[in-house]
Amino acid sequence: MRRLASTAALAILAAVPLWVGGTFYVNIASQILFYAILALGVNVLVGHAGLVTLGHAGLFGIAAYAAAKIMNAGYGHVTVATGALLVTLVAAAIFAVLALRGTGLGFVMITVALGQIVWGVAYRWISLTNGDNGISITGRPSPLGLSLTTPARFYWATLIVFVIAVISMAIFVASPFGASVRGTRDQPRRMNALGYHVWMIRFLAFLFSAFWSGVAGLLYLYYNQFVSPQAVALTASAEALLMVIAGGSATLLGPIVGAGLVVLIKNVASGYIERWNFVLGAIFVAIVVFMPEGLVPGVARLARRVRGR
Amino acid sequence: MNLWVVLAVNSITLGGLLFLLSAGFSLIFGLMKIPNLAHGSFFMLGAYFATSLIARGFNFWAAALVGGLLVAAFGGIVERLILRRLAGAELAQVLVTLGLSFMVADVCLMVWTGDPIRIDTPRGLRGATSLLGLGFPTYRLAISLIAVIFAAALWALLDRTRLGAMIRAGVDDPSMARVVGIRVSRLFTIVFCLGAWLAGFAGVIGGPILSVYPGLDQEMLPLALVVVILGGSGSLLGSLVGSFVVGFLYNFGQAMFPELAYVVLFLPMLIVLVVRPQGLFGRQAL
Repeated sequence: MRRLASTAALAILAAVPLWVGGTFYVNIASQILFYAILALGVNVLVGHAGLVTLGHAGLFGIAAYAAAKIMNAGYGHVTVATGALLVTLVAAAIFAVLALRGTGLGFVMITVALGQIVWGVAYRWISLTNGDNGISITGRPSPLGLSLTTPARFYWATLIVFVIAVISMAIFVASPFGASVRGTRDQPRRMNALGYHVWMIRFLAFLFSAFWSGVAGLLYLYYNQFVSPQAVALTASAEALLMVIAGGSATLLGPIVGAGLVVLIKNVASGYIERWNFVLGAIFVAIVVFMPEGLVPGVARLARRVRGR
Repeated sequence: MNLWVVLAVNSITLGGLLFLLSAGFSLIFGLMKIPNLAHGSFFMLGAYFATSLIARGFNFWAAALVGGLLVAAFGGIVERLILRRLAGAELAQVLVTLGLSFMVADVCLMVWTGDPIRIDTPRGLRGATSLLGLGFPTYRLAISLIAVIFAAALWALLDRTRLGAMIRAGVDDPSMARVVGIRVSRLFTIVFCLGAWLAGFAGVIGGPILSVYPGLDQEMLPLALVVVILGGSGSLLGSLVGSFVVGFLYNFGQAMFPELAYVVLFLPMLIVLVVRPQGLFGRQAL
């Protein structure tokens, strides 16, 4: 049943460029996919490790900026991707060492501050990041000689990365490591007493989370061929968190649904309602007050109730 | 030489403003454990209210008072209607206050447009005052003085009054405070309003030197966070010291390393976090 559903979902996703009319919607579908990768990454920390981060747009942005710099220095796409992800992981290691000084609120505050530092560098260190004007790249790369210039081809390439991300998340959730991460969320002291190295588990979860955020940042850069401080603003971190919370944290489907929701509202609804930030804020408040567990578990609960009747 | 004096005066001014802003944040955080990410919005909202009040013929100080009170009322409503339901749920509080800050920012953009609005310096405080043979901008001196007066008043309120004793009890041990008959929930509303009022008031008196524009909230919030992390939450002395440290780092960082001003600002905070996670004055009494 589950395998059948996944196969069907994959088939539908793969066919998106064929049945969705117009490049506008194919592009939105690509955006949903790479934001879903970001949301899945954030969910590792927020959902499984219980560490709420408001600085992940910083890591997303570091990957995008690093990739843009390496690319503009004239290197090929393999160097660009590995270089950008390495830079992201190094930055994430530093972030983690600092942020893991606190848990709960302390962690939130430190990640906000770290995100703001990245934003400050992106905005003010003009010789490095070109400030508010951002950095452009000359075109999308062509891995293995395949050009990604058309929206459909870019979508399919993103879909492949997305599927790998989902599989890695499924493995993570089912693995002993995933269980130990959830253990540090629920019973850190007991985990410590049982001989687990709680700090190291959280640190590795942070790196795993950062890796996928970096991958999403890379795809973001390839998609837009441009990166600016907007990508690392607090709003961007908040959007990533909203995707996880709205869809349902600690589930596999939740962040994906949440990413779809946020990207759709942002792109489609903002064509009708100009006040995107107001809508974003209102969704935050409404979800927290009315459906704190998120959309996917919330709907599942409703479905169970309907079926049980 | 002159440049350093100017920088120092600017630092002290910013420190004073930050103290007003972060003292409220610190109180709310210390007492209610609410990381109020809408605190920067309170600051901006106060400033915007004042611009409208002044445009309707209010004098500056009346606008500062009323503007602050309007923000306090808004804070009280938010606390009563929303935050009250989320007691103890930290993540929910982060999300709600963040959501509110986005909504406030957008409403401000809609009502007051995106153009920066200047608040005129109050008439009696224009020009310069000469002190120790040097000329200082009078208004900046006044802000520093106001911060000192507020620091003293807050200290007296917390240390010398019954309300202050209840607040301190609430910060130290909320459940015990409840047991001895303190109505902690009413106390929460009072403290939240007080914090919002301080932020709104700071926004108004900061108006003449910062001017009022969209994004002011996102600019002030991280500064307040740094102050509270540096100084330690719930500590008035921590807010005071932290504010002036941040004021100096910000202005001197801006002048000496313009591209890395933000790094200069946040680095000491990170060092403090690593060495002393609870902040410089973290566990001391208020």
